[in-house]
Amino acid sequence: MRVTIEVNGRTVSEEVEDRMLLVHFLREQAGMTATNIGCDTTSCGACTVLLDGESVKSCTVLAAQADGHAVTTLEGLTGPDGDLHPVQRAFREQHGLQCGFCTPGMIMASVSLLAHNPKPTREEVRTGLEGNLCRCTGYHNIVNAVVDASGQEVAQ
Amino acid sequence: MIPAQFRYQRANTVEEALAALAEHGDEAKPLAGGHSLLPLMKLRLAAPEVLVDLAPLDELRFVRLDGDTVRIGALTRHHDLHGDGVLREHAPLLAHVAGEVGDQQVRHRGTIGGSLVHADPAADLAAALLACDGTLVARGPRGEREIPATEFFLGPFTTPLEPDELLTEVRLPRQTGRGWAFEKFTRRAIDWAIVGVAVCGQSVGLVNMAGTPLRASATERALASGAPIAEAAELAAEGTSPVDEPHATAEYRRHLARVLTARALEAAAA
Repeated sequence: MRVTIEVNGRTVSEEVEDRMLLVHFLREQAGMTATNIGCDTTSCGACTVLLDGESVKSCTVLAAQADGHAVTTLEGLTGPDGDLHPVQRAFREQHGLQCGFCTPGMIMASVSLLAHNPKPTREEVRTGLEGNLCRCTGYHNIVNAVVDASGQEVAQ
Repeated sequence: MIPAQFRYQRANTVEEALAALAEHGDEAKPLAGGHSLLPLMKLRLAAPEVLVDLAPLDELRFVRLDGDTVRIGALTRHHDLHGDGVLREHAPLLAHVAGEVGDQQVRHRGTIGGSLVHADPAADLAAALLACDGTLVARGPRGEREIPATEFFLGPFTTPLEPDELLTEVRLPRQTGRGWAFEKFTRRAIDWAIVGVAVCGQSVGLVNMAGTPLRASATERALASGAPIAEAAELAAEGTSPVDEPHATAEYRRHLARVLTARALEAAAA
């Protein structure tokens, strides 16, 4: 079937198998490889992207379900001049990563979290990101980064 | 993991969806948010030949109060249920439980109808609906029928819906004045409940205490005859048949059911 998805503002239209998953469409058809495939079972959140502005796990969405919709991946957060998005900048400044594998998903889930709750408490950040696993267990700095990105003081 | 081959088609009206289901029989599956069905298909536990995507059916996305009945369209997402003003006011237990399902990303896709027809014995919403005396509305070629939640869960992943029927709506009586609480015990944040308890007034729904979600009938009878909470909660595991698993034995689950029921009843009464 033909699937047409607006990926990071660019229209990508490809003939794909009906069963193709959104994460494969993004990586293979759209060339957006920041989105990682982790557990592939809706658990780890590494493949989190924004679908019409809301976080979803792209390993559990068919490309066909995103047909006619807009998807934002990590690449789409960066400004045209390479300026980092406030959440990206905060992850760097707070060192909210260790190996970095979970980071694209963490950042996309954080963007969605902050869209719904612009000034979350630390507890709300932890609850909001419960669908994203960091196997380095670097959660402390990830929470710091989201608090920082929200413009709040980071309590050390 | 990629699902086995299937044909994807989109239904633009409920009638179109019903026609597609009638045409393909049990070779077809309706697709709502896909957060129960797609994982099963990736694991090859389900391999429908045709998927009928219901996404365009905006007519099945609503929450409204109709007299003393709260009516919810089957395609309403958990995220929308959790934030819905009408639901929070008139069916706060269900609104709360919708916010406890899975995680943020899952709640952005998963729907109440999809969760209920999947009929996982560990599903939170099913137990909440039981405690709320809910009803499910299905449409098919023979018309519309209402099925009480108490008759909807026949076994693990089994409901009375025929392959050519579609769940279209969930109804529950307005919860006015009935205290409520939800207690869920998990090993990790987004796990399915080892045991969960939903309380609405003196009704108690149990999550993962048998092959289906079920009511804690013995507890309810004791409460109705005036027994104190501590005494009634001791009966919470009666009539249940929890599974024995390495991380949670049946006896442990029975213990949890009693403890969580006591906590939920206390919280609901407070």
